[in-house]
Amino acid sequence: MPGKRRPKLAVWKFASCDGCQLSLLDCEDELLDVAGALDIAYFPEATRSVQPGPYDLSLVEGSITTPHDAERIHQIRRDSRQLISIGACATAGGIQALRNFKDVREFTRIVYASPQYIETLRRSTPIAEHVRVDFELRGCPIAKHQLIEVISAFLNGRKPNVPTYSVCQECKRQGVVCVMVAHGTPCLGPVTQAGCGALCPSYHRGCYACFGPKETPNIPALSQWRRERLGASDLEILRSLRTFNAAAAEFERESIRHEHQNHPG
Amino acid sequence: MAKGSGKKGSAMRGIGPFGRPSRVIPKESLRNLLEVLRLRGYTLIGPTVRDQAIVYDEISSPQELPIGWTDRQGPGTYRLERREDDAFFGFVVGPQSWKKFFFPPAQRLFQISRDGKEIHTTPDPVQTRKRALIGVRPCELRALAIQDRVFTGGAYVDGSYRRLREDVFILAVNCGEPAATCFCASLDTGPQVTDGFDLAITEVIEGTRHEFIVHVGSELGARVLEAVPSREATDADSATEREIVQRATRRMSRALERSQLKELLYRNYESPRWDQVAARCLSCANCTMVCPTCFCSTVEDVTDLSGDHAERRRLWDSCFTMDFSYIVGGSVRASTRARYRHWLTHKLATWQDQFGVIGCVGCGRCITWCPVGIDLTEEVAALRGRESPDGGSGAIQENHHDRTES
Ligand code: SF4
Ligand code: SF4
Ligand code: SF4
Ligand code: SF4
Repeated sequence: MPGKRRPKLAVWKFASCDGCQLSLLDCEDELLDVAGALDIAYFPEATRSVQPGPYDLSLVEGSITTPHDAERIHQIRRDSRQLISIGACATAGGIQALRNFKDVREFTRIVYASPQYIETLRRSTPIAEHVRVDFELRGCPIAKHQLIEVISAFLNGRKPNVPTYSVCQECKRQGVVCVMVAHGTPCLGPVTQAGCGALCPSYHRGCYACFGPKETPNIPALSQWRRERLGASDLEILRSLRTFNAAAAEFERESIRHEHQNHPG
Repeated sequence: MAKGSGKKGSAMRGIGPFGRPSRVIPKESLRNLLEVLRLRGYTLIGPTVRDQAIVYDEISSPQELPIGWTDRQGPGTYRLERREDDAFFGFVVGPQSWKKFFFPPAQRLFQISRDGKEIHTTPDPVQTRKRALIGVRPCELRALAIQDRVFTGGAYVDGSYRRLREDVFILAVNCGEPAATCFCASLDTGPQVTDGFDLAITEVIEGTRHEFIVHVGSELGARVLEAVPSREATDADSATEREIVQRATRRMSRALERSQLKELLYRNYESPRWDQVAARCLSCANCTMVCPTCFCSTVEDVTDLSGDHAERRRLWDSCFTMDFSYIVGGSVRASTRARYRHWLTHKLATWQDQFGVIGCVGCGRCITWCPVGIDLTEEVAALRGRESPDGGSGAIQENHHDRTES
């Protein structure tokens, strides 16, 4: 946008593996365009030069797991005109939210020699649980094309084309043969949000739900089918829901239900 | 080119609907027939095995057909199995329908670019080529006729569909063995073709005999067949063919009762049955994607990072999504109950008001490819059952698992 001040971009990290930020660096073809359209003001993963806020667009990766981070996110929100959380950690708490189902102090006692120095929260929580978020981009990791789409939408002042329907719809558009119906392979695609391009089913694997629950998911109905028709146990169903999006509300509710059925009383 | 008119033609009695006597070719001549089509410039598209299912794709010879394979289908389940014989067409319908060739699942419509103050629009050309569809089933012919009507029949013609549908040769196949999910006989859409094809064949395998009885449905079909050695069909051949098709009808285990269908659905907007099916339905949209008559799409406008280029894309859509009924203030059909009710009511009732026919041809795809085996014939029977004096006890199973094939 010639003549105009380029919007300032900041990329922040909380508890995460860095995979989502790396998706941005991985956008080989578009990376130069991104750098041309946005002033990369804060992105420690990519550059050491740091500009002070406020920022026009903040991409936030990772979940909130420490008291310090719970403070820090508020400052970032204050410094950001728009804030987009990216990835399963930032939008659902990530794999580290498995602690939410147990007592995290027990883990720290086992793992660390001096657990008294560990300051950690009992739950790993998504960014939106702490501050207002303008958009949540799902995925573990996020899909590059969706990230570019969200940035393009931001730059052009339009709504991003990020569908919230099922992975099945992507399967069918691509002509992927359904692994559940044709092979009997359990698949979470019917309750998972599209975005990956049906990656796993196109390699004959069931969907692992990296993109979290789709709009209006009916997880109990899928669990019932898996149990009655595909011979899945409560434990298998429970484990399939306890992954990167374990703490997404609908997955959490359903996995707890199977926990109780697995260990009644 | 033969285009389905959607009307029923005369029944086959040794004479094809085109008024020519039927002929017989040995199985080896299928290769010659396809070769003639290729020499006439047609790309061959037919059923072929991929990822343990039978899909429609480009083929180059009959060897790529699913020879000796059959499909075992039930609600939410599909398995390929070996046959005892080496039939070319010993299976029914797979997860895909022919609609993907005429109504592509994803399609760019045009691009717009900005150059200073000027705006340029470049429509995407529709890439057409001569295509021969090999092995189109009777129900699929009817589905093509329905989509022809939807996309090209009214005041607004879909240009892309019309172009893609030109120059299509149709080799249809009568069905000898239905899947457990088929119910075309109850809708009069199969298991025998009536019209809308260039050539139609019935595969005959009896002992050492392996032949095709061929019917001519168009002038073009006649010319293609002339190039292949054949003999005239006898009365005995016609009797054999009748028996094959009747056997298929007899073996059909599902049915959709057509009488008063529209009235039934319009009367039952508030049936508690919708809550029951909504408790099982995943709103995943598989049923609409696999349906050969469903025609809904959405358009997306996308800009690039610079904002100097934009494009519009058309994608298959489904009434099972929230976005489908999104208007100011939210989605009109937010509950799965409302969405399933809309799908069934559109297929079987409002479709009649729109297009004069029902939107279902009885192919059974939505039953097989529903990940949780929801069966529309069962849903309709349940709605009827609730209205009957005994409240539908007896024949109607509320529990879907009792009806599932193993
Ligand atoms: S493979 Fe999975 S995601 Fe794809 S259609 Fe089947 S159930 Fe849906
Ligand atoms: S509604 Fe189902 S059975 Fe009827 S045409 Fe569509 S997919 Fe086939
Ligand atoms: S049933 Fe749904 S997807 Fe199919 S044509 Fe009707 S509205 Fe469209
Ligand atoms: S009826 Fe079956 S295929 Fe259709 S949306 Fe519901 S669960 Fe999916």
